Amino acid sequence: MSRDFDWAAFLFLLGALRWTIVLSLIAFVGGSLGGLILAVARTSRYVVLRGLAGAYIGLIQGTPVLMQLFIVFYGLAVMTGVRIDPWPAVTLAFTMYAAAFLGEIWRGAIEAIPRQQWEAAAALPLSPGAQMRHVILPQAFRIAIPPTVGFLVQLIKGTSIASIIGFVELTRAGQLIVNVTFQPMIVYPIIAVLYFALCWPLSLAALRLEGRIDAALGIGQRP
Amino acid sequence: MPLLALANVRKAFGTHVVLDDVSLDVETGEVVAVIGRSGSGKTTLLRCINGLEKVDGGSIQFEGNPLPADGAALRAVRRHIGIVFQSLNLFPHHSVERNITLGPTVTNKVPLAEAKAVALDALREVDLEDKLHAFPTQLSGGQQQRVAIARALAMKPRLMLFDEITSALDPELVGEVVKVLERLAASNMTMVLVTHEMGFARRTADTLVFMHKGRVWEKGPPKELFAAPKTKELESFIRAVLEPND
Repeated sequence: MSRDFDWAAFLFLLGALRWTIVLSLIAFVGGSLGGLILAVARTSRYVVLRGLAGAYIGLIQGTPVLMQLFIVFYGLAVMTGVRIDPWPAVTLAFTMYAAAFLGEIWRGAIEAIPRQQWEAAAALPLSPGAQMRHVILPQAFRIAIPPTVGFLVQLIKGTSIASIIGFVELTRAGQLIVNVTFQPMIVYPIIAVLYFALCWPLSLAALRLEGRIDAALGIGQRP
Repeated sequence: MPLLALANVRKAFGTHVVLDDVSLDVETGEVVAVIGRSGSGKTTLLRCINGLEKVDGGSIQFEGNPLPADGAALRAVRRHIGIVFQSLNLFPHHSVERNITLGPTVTNKVPLAEAKAVALDALREVDLEDKLHAFPTQLSGGQQQRVAIARALAMKPRLMLFDEITSALDPELVGEVVKVLERLAASNMTMVLVTHEMGFARRTADTLVFMHKGRVWEKGPPKELFAAPKTKELESFIRAVLEPND
């Protein structure tokens, strides 16, 4: 027994899109916090901090996100002794994943700030924390916008992997609809358009943000 | 007691000795110009004085106390030692005003309104009060260096260090910066300058220090040194900078 792809099915996809957004948002916000800590640790003068952060980033970047998802999902189940909801597993796994990549992106942005900026701040004499906060991070932020938004877009699309452990986000919802309608060439293009509608404006917004920052700083203008 | 006292300072990068047994006293109000060929250790000397480089031997005393190696103790001393660098390194993401108020508000906990008044005063001293709200990229190199001087002055330093601050500038912009330096010297600021501006050094400095191979090779009143160098190294250096085309 099958039914056609209809308005109700579309609304079901939209409802699932919400979970794609929520998952991406949690992973991005949580990953940003973790990433900031990792980036600062990676550029710290303490070798132990640098090593620990580097090891974490290497481990996450060197393994497929699907394996991380499985390990967290089954790991949580083994630890708690019950079969758990996919929710905590996907949010934890994607947050850990995002933290590693954002940490590495931001480390690069911090290291792109010339040594003279650190010295000028140290001469003022700002404390190491104040140097970071008032001088280095604001400049690194500007540099980090394109790769950070690029990663956010990857993250949003990457959350489709959560479908594998039964988390009903946009892709999983699409599979469920295809199972009852047998109309993959209607459903999947619609899903692709929905992902596009989510990601494309983000890329545009990033470009506009860059332009606004540059304009505020007078970059591109000469006296 | 001299404001700044360097005794037998030694500094090496690996096996390369950059400062070799350097001793130098700077009295309050004294203007010391340091000259020498590139690689003679001038810049390193300046960087050691405010702790950007650690010395390997000897001692540096500021106001009678040894310069702490690092941390909050070093920062406490640095509050009184301003430095302007050769590279243009204002903070590009902050306005001119914020560049100047950052040190006083963050380091010295001066209220923002008070710091803004200090910033305006400091900008007046370098003739740039109309650039208060400009951003560094909107300024010429000479203007950026003058703002950098104002940024250092806003901390009310007791000693100012200048590291070849006109070397990165187009020739026509050197004059405006030198003018500010001369005015500062006339106001009794204690200054140590590494410079290639020989005319300025001769006119303004109380003491000229010629560095060669990491050592203080000659030292004395600039007019005497320029007129009658005692060593052939200084003689050939003066000849090279004053008559570069011979």
